[in-house]
Amino acid sequence: MSAPGESALIELDGLCKRFGGIVAVDRVSFAVPRGQVLGFLGPNGAGKSTTMRMLAGFMPPTAGSARICGHDVVEDGIAARRCLGFLPEGAPSYPEMTPLAFLGFTAAVRGYRGAERARRVAQAMERAGLQSVRLQPIETLSKGFRRRVGLAQALLHDPEALVLDEPTDGLDPNQKHDVHDLIRAMAPEKAIIISTHALDEVEEVCSRAIIIASGRIVADGTPAALKARHPSGQLDAVFRELTRPAPGGRQAA
Amino acid sequence: MRTIFAIARRELAGYFTTPVAVVFTVIFLALQGVLTFNLSDFFNRDQADLVPFFTYLPWVFLLLVPAVAMRLWAEERKLGTIELLLTLPVTQAEAVLGKYVAAWAFCAIALVLTFPFVLTVNYLGHPDNGVIATGYTGALLVAGSFLAVGSAMSALTKNQVIAFVLGVAVCFLFAASSFPLVTDFLSQEVPALAEIARRFSVIAHYQNFVRGVVSLDGLLYYASFIGFWLFVNAVALDQWKAA
Repeated sequence: MSAPGESALIELDGLCKRFGGIVAVDRVSFAVPRGQVLGFLGPNGAGKSTTMRMLAGFMPPTAGSARICGHDVVEDGIAARRCLGFLPEGAPSYPEMTPLAFLGFTAAVRGYRGAERARRVAQAMERAGLQSVRLQPIETLSKGFRRRVGLAQALLHDPEALVLDEPTDGLDPNQKHDVHDLIRAMAPEKAIIISTHALDEVEEVCSRAIIIASGRIVADGTPAALKARHPSGQLDAVFRELTRPAPGGRQAA
Repeated sequence: MRTIFAIARRELAGYFTTPVAVVFTVIFLALQGVLTFNLSDFFNRDQADLVPFFTYLPWVFLLLVPAVAMRLWAEERKLGTIELLLTLPVTQAEAVLGKYVAAWAFCAIALVLTFPFVLTVNYLGHPDNGVIATGYTGALLVAGSFLAVGSAMSALTKNQVIAFVLGVAVCFLFAASSFPLVTDFLSQEVPALAEIARRFSVIAHYQNFVRGVVSLDGLLYYASFIGFWLFVNAVALDQWKAA
């Protein structure tokens, strides 16, 4: 991938992941430059989370490579992870901690001290709308708040690259709207990948969409261009057509 | 270094925000009290020392220390927070060490809380407090050894019960290998193994500390034992991630 040039903050180059005999991710290549919000779509089990885990350095790729802000995620993992904000699938966090303590911990691990640490934590809580629950144990919070704790953690260090695995899953419509606003506000100075099952979200916030099925990219374009692929002009119709295994077809291909 | 400290601080706070800390210290102190004062002839032997206390200590640790270690990685895996922790800018070694240091500090706190035993013998007579100090050093090293084993076992599974049982089993092997029962059997059947089994024993080295002998040999033994199991811990983590 050389076309998008040096400004790409997230680059994937022939990324593969095999689990035993199963190919989870199959030669996925793309680049996300600054200012782009990429919607990463695909049915469950298509390889979205696996791809994102490889980007975050949690799993080493079987083949291929990926770079965050120019740092290889395997060779130079620490530097890559410093530039990256990652929301893992299901937004895991430590249940016995309060949002304040949890964000304080991630800030400390990211090397912030004293007043700077307090400022970062306060800013992240404000962005994610967590002030009202800052002293409640996370296990007592609603699903929506837990998701936002994970989001706050990903935004805390104001990273240039963001990889968010289902950031709006479990949020109510108002909270979704807030997260969309947040993503749009951050978009100009960052490269963002979000995975989602809500296709309306793609039209709402994404400037580009990639659909993967069985570990391979099957479509890549602006949401408008993808919609135009189907006579109905509906994104979900395009999604169904591309990702539903044709009877007898896909497995051999 | 600061990263290790940040991870250790969170982990240590985790013991105290859950009932683990209270349950562990209460049971630990109660067991040590009963074993020292009631089940051994502490008062009748007319000697102002803590030998009965230190004799039982490793066996109480054998049961309780794997319980401290079992949550270290199994819980992270169960909750999925391992994905969060290891995608922060930390190395695997920093994460392993941070958690281990926290668990060890917790055991040290429990040991510090046994100070009434020291006060008691000092009240009753004139013990050699230097020997008591080396005994405590040995106890801390035994706890550290069992913790390293327990931490490695915890990295192998999502299930804390399995981590605990495996931890106790492996710790028992290294605790019992200097027992006459084991060494006598081995020296009759496979003499070559008898000496090795004794040398690998966590308890044999500990007994020197309890007698007041701090040898380089003993320190090296514990350092390499702990180092080895923490290495196993890191490898187990890596294997699971790649799976």
